[in-house]
Amino acid sequence: MSELPAPIPEANTHCPYCALQCGTQLRGDAAVGVKVQPRDFPVNLGRLCQKGWTATEVLNTADRLTRPLVRGADGRLQPASWDTALDTVAEGLNRIRTQHGPDAVAVFGGGGLTNEKAYLLGKFARVTLGTSQIDYNGRFCMSSAATAGNAAFGLDRDLPFPVADLRSAQTVLLAGANVAETMPPLMQHLDQSQLIVMDPRRTATAQRAALHLQPAPGTDLALALGLLHIAVVEGLIDQDYVRKRTYGFDSAAQRAMAWWPERVEEITGVAARTQRRAVRMLAESRSAYVLTGRGVEQHSKGTDTVAGFINVALALGLPGRIGSGYGCLTGQGNGQGGREHGQKADQLPGYRSISDPTARAHVARVWGVAPTGLPGPGRSAYELLDVLGREQGPRGLLVFGSNPAVSAPHASHVTERLASLDLLVVADFVPSETARMADVVLPVTQWAEEEGTLTSLEGRVLRRRPLLPPPPEVRSDLQVLHDLAVRLGERAGRYPADPREVFEELRAASRGGRADYSGITYERLDAGETLHWPCPDTRAPHPGTPRLFLDRFAHPDGRARFADVDYRGPAEEISPSYPLYATTGRVLAHYQSGAQTRRVAELNEPVPEAFLEVHPDTAARCGLADRSLARVTSARGGMTARVRLDATMRLDTVFVPFHFPDEGRANLFTHPALDPRSGMPEFKVCAVRIAPYQE
Amino acid sequence: MNNVLIVDNGAVAQRLAERMRHHGYEGTLTTLAAEPADSRRRPPFPSGTRTVTALDRERHRVLAHVSGTETAYPYDTLVLAPEARPLIPGIPGLVSAKGYLTEGVVALGTASGRARITGDTVVVLGEDALAVETASTLAARSVDTTLVCASPYPLYTRLGETCSAMLSEQLEQAGVTVIGGKTAVRRVPGHLRLEDGTTLRADTLALCTGAAPDTRLALDADLDVHDGIVVDDQLRTSDPRIHAIGDCAEYDGHLMAGVGAAWEQAETLAEILTGRAAAYRPRPSALRLGTDVADVCTIGSLADLHQPGTRLISLTDRANRRYARLALRDERVIAAVLFGLPQAIATIRLLHRQGQRLPSDRLGLLLGLPPRPASHSAEVNENAPVCLCNNVSRQTLFQAWQAGSHTVTALAEAARATTGCGGCSRSVEELCGAWARETRSELEKAS
Repeated sequence: MSELPAPIPEANTHCPYCALQCGTQLRGDAAVGVKVQPRDFPVNLGRLCQKGWTATEVLNTADRLTRPLVRGADGRLQPASWDTALDTVAEGLNRIRTQHGPDAVAVFGGGGLTNEKAYLLGKFARVTLGTSQIDYNGRFCMSSAATAGNAAFGLDRDLPFPVADLRSAQTVLLAGANVAETMPPLMQHLDQSQLIVMDPRRTATAQRAALHLQPAPGTDLALALGLLHIAVVEGLIDQDYVRKRTYGFDSAAQRAMAWWPERVEEITGVAARTQRRAVRMLAESRSAYVLTGRGVEQHSKGTDTVAGFINVALALGLPGRIGSGYGCLTGQGNGQGGREHGQKADQLPGYRSISDPTARAHVARVWGVAPTGLPGPGRSAYELLDVLGREQGPRGLLVFGSNPAVSAPHASHVTERLASLDLLVVADFVPSETARMADVVLPVTQWAEEEGTLTSLEGRVLRRRPLLPPPPEVRSDLQVLHDLAVRLGERAGRYPADPREVFEELRAASRGGRADYSGITYERLDAGETLHWPCPDTRAPHPGTPRLFLDRFAHPDGRARFADVDYRGPAEEISPSYPLYATTGRVLAHYQSGAQTRRVAELNEPVPEAFLEVHPDTAARCGLADRSLARVTSARGGMTARVRLDATMRLDTVFVPFHFPDEGRANLFTHPALDPRSGMPEFKVCAVRIAPYQE
Repeated sequence: MNNVLIVDNGAVAQRLAERMRHHGYEGTLTTLAAEPADSRRRPPFPSGTRTVTALDRERHRVLAHVSGTETAYPYDTLVLAPEARPLIPGIPGLVSAKGYLTEGVVALGTASGRARITGDTVVVLGEDALAVETASTLAARSVDTTLVCASPYPLYTRLGETCSAMLSEQLEQAGVTVIGGKTAVRRVPGHLRLEDGTTLRADTLALCTGAAPDTRLALDADLDVHDGIVVDDQLRTSDPRIHAIGDCAEYDGHLMAGVGAAWEQAETLAEILTGRAAAYRPRPSALRLGTDVADVCTIGSLADLHQPGTRLISLTDRANRRYARLALRDERVIAAVLFGLPQAIATIRLLHRQGQRLPSDRLGLLLGLPPRPASHSAEVNENAPVCLCNNVSRQTLFQAWQAGSHTVTALAEAARATTGCGGCSRSVEELCGAWARETRSELEKAS
C-alpha cells in the first residue's frame, strides 16, 4: 500500500487587486504551482475577472525581489544582507534627522497595504520618526469622495450599504465609474438595473447603459448642478425627507437655479433632454442609487463635484434608506481601510483627526507617548512629493506599497524630486519604477504569503490568509518596521511583527473613533462572521453595521448636509497650442501603475503599451494613422502612445491609460492642480496636443 | 476701489455681487433697485425698497428714495445693470388712465415675471422665445393656454417658415392653442378680442411683446447711449468709473440681450473689478429655447445661413419634426437652425463655443446616430473579445468548442468566458447553438 499523498494546502483569502476584494480560494504550493478559484462570496458570487484569475502569476514573477538591494559606490543597486540594508537605512534616517530635524524624513504609503501595515506605518512615522510628513497614494484615489462624504454625512464609508443591496436597484447612476473594466464582477449586481452612465467616453460600462451622458471632461459638476435644477423645477424633490433628515437644501437649490439644463448643455455637451430624462429615471424609480468613481473625483474640484452628486441623491431622498443610497466605488484593494488607520497626513487611527485634542490624547495613550509629542497634520501626497529634496522639504523618504514615479501627476517633476533625495527607501515585491530609483530596496511579502485584514468598499473587514511561505530572504512589511524601529532605538515590543498583535493594538486605537474596529477580532472573522464597521466592543458581541444612516446621519444633529457648491471649469482650458482635452484612466487588464499586471503575460499581451484613444476625425486632422505612434504633449511634458481610433470618442477628447512606465507614462502630461480640500490632483483633465511621433 | 454700487437688484446684479465675492472682493457692495416710481407694475414696490432717482457723476453718488426719503449713495465704481423694460403694445384696454397696467394684464421683460401670472385661462401675446417658453410653462402647469402672434408662427423670423411651423405643431401637441397671423385689437376684462372678431377668454393676458433696454438713468447723466448704454471690452461706459452689463448694455453696435449673455458679462466684470486681466468677448447671437416642449436652437441669423463662401447642409424630416440648416466654413459652424435634434444641438453648441470643427459624418451628427465602426470591419472580427472580463476571443472559444467544450459551463471551465461579470453568457450560448447547428448541417450534407 502506498502512503496517502500529503493534502494540498488551501487558503481562503481575497483577490490582491481592487476594493471589491473578491473572495478566492488558493490551492497548491511552490512545487505543484498555485491555482486560484473564485469563492461564492457575496461581492463576486463565484466570479473573477482576468486579473483575479491570473493573480498568482505575480507570486513567481521572474524579477521578484528576493534580497535587499543597496546602491553601491558605483551607483548600482547590489544585493546586500538585511543587516547591511537596515543599517544603511537607519544610519541615513538618523543622519538626516540630526541635521535637519524630524520633518526632513517622510513616509509614503499605499492603499493596497493591509490595515495592520497602514496602522503600523502611521505609528512608526508619528512616534519613532516623529515626522508629520506622511501621506499615501490613496490621496490620488478616493480622497475627494471621502472629503465630500464626511461633510455630507458626518462619516465616510465608500458604500454605506452592502454591495448585494445594489441587486434590487431599479436605477443606478454611475458618475465617472467604468465598472465593467475596473471592477467587472460588480456588474452582475447591476444587471437587473437600468444604468445611467456619465462618462466622456463610451466605455464598456456606458455601452451597457440605458442612458449614457457623455460630458466634456472636467464639466461633471455643471451636470450635477443641472440635475438638481431639474429636480427642483419639476417638483421631484422628496420634500418630507429633505425637511426631516437634511440641512442646507435652500442654499444648494438656490445655487442650482443658475444651472438650467440648456446652460448646462452648452458647457457639457449633454443634451438638455437627456439631462431631464436622467433625473426622471432616478426620481421615478422605487429604488435608486447614485455612485461616483474616479472619473468625477480626480479633479481639482473633485470634492465639490462629489458633493454636487450627493446633493442630487439627498434631494431625491436616497441616502440612509434601505434600497437606495449614495456611494463611492473606491479603487484600491484597501482603499477604505487604508484611509482609516493613520497613514493619511491629517489622520490618526479609527478615522480620527490628528488636529482633534481628544483624538490625540486617546491615540497617544494607546501608543504610550505624550500627546504633545505627536506631530500635527502634514502635507498631502502631491504637496509632499513636490517638495522632496527642496529647501523646506524632506530629504529622506520611505515608500511602502506605492509607485509614485508612475502614478503621481506631473511625473517628470516627481521623478526629478525623488532623484534629488539624500535617501530613498522602497519596500516592494517587484522592482517598480520607483524601486529602481531607490538607495535601498527592501523585499517584502506578497498577498498570498502574509496574513492581515483589509476593509472592502462596503466597509466589511476581511481576512487575508497566507498559502505559501515567503521566499527565504523576504520579510513582511511589519517585520521591516519592527526591525527599523529597533535600530532607531525603540524597544522591541512597541512594533509587533505579528499581524494579530498589531490588529489588537489597532482595535484599541480605533475604539470610540468614527471607524471603530474594537469589536472585531481575527477569531470572529475566522468564524465566518460578516462584520462591517463601525463595530464597537460591546458586552454582547456587536453585529457590525452593514447599513449606515438608517435612523440618523453621523452629524451631531443627525441630519445630512447639502453642500453649497458652484461650477468652475478645469484648471487648464484648451487653447490653440493645446487644443484637446486629455483624460486618463484604467483598462481591464491592468491595475494602477501596472507594476504587478505588466508582469503577467496573459494580462500584458493584450495591452502591452500605452495607447491613445482618439476619434478618427481628430486623428486624421492631426496626421495620425491607426496603430501609429503619437506624441501627446501638454505644457508640462509629453509621452508616447500608440494610436487607437475610436469613433465613439468625443472630437475634443483623447484618452490614455496610466499603467505604463517610462515614455509611456500618461502622468508626464497630467496637471498637478490640487483640490483645495482633498488634495486630489487633476488626473482626469488637462489640455494637450497630439502629433505623429518623430524618432 | 472699495465701494461698489450696483444699480438694480435683479438676478444679474446678484450674480455680479456673488462672482465678485467669489473672486475675493472684500469691499462694500450695495445694490439699489433701478425701477423709478413711474413703474407700470402694481403694486410698484414692497415698502422699504431703495429706488434710484438720479445719478450724480460729478460727486460720484447715486440718489435714491428709501421709504419716501431721498438718500445719497457714494460710489468708487458704479455698475448699471437694470433689466429691460417690457414694451406695452398700443392695444386699447391694457393701461389704465393712471398709466398702470389694468387688472389681469402682466407684462414680461424676463422669465422672472412669470410668477405673477394667475388664473385658469391665459392668453400669451407675442412671438419671441419668452412667449414660447411662457406658453409652454403654463401648459405644463395645466393652464388653458393660448399663444397669439402676428406672424404665421411663433419665432417665424428666427426659424423660417418650415421650422417655425414645426414648433407651432409641437406647441399644439403640448396643449398650447396657437393662433398665428392674427393681431389683437382690444382687451376687455377677462377677454382679448382679435382683428377677425374672435374673442378669447383670458383670466390673465401675458404680454411678451418685446423689451427695451432701460437707459433712462444713463441718458439723464449724459453717458454715451445709442440703443443701449455703450460699453467697451472692459464693459466700461463713457465714464470710466461706470460700467454697464446685461440688457441695458450695447457692445460693438449690438445689444446683448438674454440671460446667457448677461451672466457672461457678470462673470467678466467680476474678474475685471477684482483686478484680473479679462475682456468681454461677445458670442454670436444664439437662441436656445428653455423648454421641454421642443428642442430649438439657432446660431447667428437666418441671413447668416447664406453668407458667401459657406457650405449649407440641410435636413428636413417633416413627419418626425426634425429640421436642420447648417452653414459651415472650414468645417466650422457659422450659422445654424436646428429643431428636434437634441443631441446634435448639444454637440454643435459646444463645438461652436470651442471653435472646433464638426465631425466628418455630418448625418450621424445631426441624427445623433450611434457612431459607426472606425474601419473596414463589416465581417466578424475573430479576435474581438466575446468575454471582455477575461479577454476571451471568438477564436479561442471556437477552438475550445472544437476540443469538446460544447456548453456554456464547459466553455467557462476551458476558456474562462462568462466568469467575470457574466454579461456575455447569452453571446456564448448563441455561439454554442450556432456552432452546433453548423456541425449538424455539415454532418447531414456528408451523410
